[in-house]
Amino acid sequence: MKDVELKMLERAKQLLESGEVARVIGWKKGEFYFDPAPASFETVEELGDFVYNGFCGANLSKYLIQASKKEGKTAIFLKPCDSYSFNQLVKEHRIVRENIHVIAIECQGKLDIEKIKAQGISAVTEVEEEGESVTVSSLYGETKLNKAEILLGKCASCKGKTHQVKDEEIILHEMPAPINNRFDEVAKLEAMTEDERFAFWREQLQKCIRCNACRNVCPACSCVKCVFDNPASGIEAKANDDKFEEQLFHIIRAFHVAGRCTDCGECSRVCPQNIPLHLLNRKFIKDIDGLYGEFQAGETDNGKTPLTSYTESDVEPNNALGGEAK
Amino acid sequence: MQEVTTKKKEFTPNIVAFCCNWCSYAGADLAGSSRLSYPANVKIIRVPCSCRVNPTFVLKAFQQGADGVILCGCHPGDCHYVTGNYYTRRRMALLFNFLNYMGIEKERTRVEWVSAAEGQRFSAVMNDFVKTITELGENKRLTDLRVKEGE
Ligand code: SF4
Ligand code: SF4
Ligand code: SF4
Repeated sequence: MKDVELKMLERAKQLLESGEVARVIGWKKGEFYFDPAPASFETVEELGDFVYNGFCGANLSKYLIQASKKEGKTAIFLKPCDSYSFNQLVKEHRIVRENIHVIAIECQGKLDIEKIKAQGISAVTEVEEEGESVTVSSLYGETKLNKAEILLGKCASCKGKTHQVKDEEIILHEMPAPINNRFDEVAKLEAMTEDERFAFWREQLQKCIRCNACRNVCPACSCVKCVFDNPASGIEAKANDDKFEEQLFHIIRAFHVAGRCTDCGECSRVCPQNIPLHLLNRKFIKDIDGLYGEFQAGETDNGKTPLTSYTESDVEPNNALGGEAK
Repeated sequence: MQEVTTKKKEFTPNIVAFCCNWCSYAGADLAGSSRLSYPANVKIIRVPCSCRVNPTFVLKAFQQGADGVILCGCHPGDCHYVTGNYYTRRRMALLFNFLNYMGIEKERTRVEWVSAAEGQRFSAVMNDFVKTITELGENKRLTDLRVKEGE
């Protein structure tokens, strides 16, 4: 990983020094080893804080909505999953492709600090990854862990390690395959009764504090005016006495990205309440695949989405339950 | 404040029907002028096309106290705007599936195609839907306490 980070840093320096790009979007050091944050670097000096490690799970593509409209070119580091979001943003005319230089980077799967803490390890100072095992150093010593156990949820079911877009690449090692199928959990819920599903979602959704982080982080949520900010909508904030508003927020959010959600996993990653939002998005993806043929948003940067197209023989809504034509 | 009543009121469901101006709304008219009956608790909302129905309309109807929501549009292939109802079909198939995934009873939502000439069918569709919802009972899963009155 260190070699990849060095190569990226070197390339970022070159691009800024030569004036080829006006800024580079990457990650910079946070307060701790495990909290690097997305950042825009405009000078070589600023690159002193540049970092790329196992905790750079954040998807950078959404930052291009503003950056790509600024003066000068923007270079950006994209992991394989981020490249789907990039294409989707181009398709929706949210970003200006000509102003962007895409550097496809290697990804060995990103780590979840909460899962490391759950193993009883605190004050993490560094994490060394070697294949399937990980050595976590903390103020209290070293621990060896199985990487599969501390991967971010989205990385355990990674869509694949092929970039959908790139102008150049920094890929030095082979990248691992996903360890589980992303639709397994959805299928488990589908197999429950209506009552069980209702109870499951009540329990999950009542934790929501309506911080809107899931919306703000989502590359598919890029409307300039959002219904959730409209006081007349009845859903602009958490109501303290009912269940409806919580459901409504989640139904609208998930439906509005249906057919456009690339399953980048950011919403679940950022949710402070650990609500499994991916299970909502993936239900739509699974149903779309089942009813209208396999579709992966962000595979290309043009063409129609399942909800903006149709066939004359589409299944009737009353017969479509369970996501399969009956 | 709420009064405790031991007598059980008979349940008459609130039904919201979104009807396309070019077909089922006229179908409802025809049902009326042919003296065919459909239950009075069906509240018809006229829309220019079934495709006008944003998923939030359906949700809002439930929020405001609907026990069942039905969309009626032109038969596929007969849309006044040529393709509107094809989009409705996909959108509602996904929405209904999703609501059910969250535990909302699948019988509460329905789409039917009813042409302007099908007064008889309109009446039959509505009677059947009201019967289904009456048997199913009150909508308790997609309601909003802020909206419920007198309870
Ligand atoms: S989902 Fe895949 S590509 Fe994206 S960060 Fe995780 S492992 Fe890397
Ligand atoms: S990020 Fe989580 S808590 Fe915040 S609004 Fe979204 S679901 Fe609710
Ligand atoms: S809904 Fe979640 S997984 Fe889908 S694009 Fe948005 S952030 Fe990514």
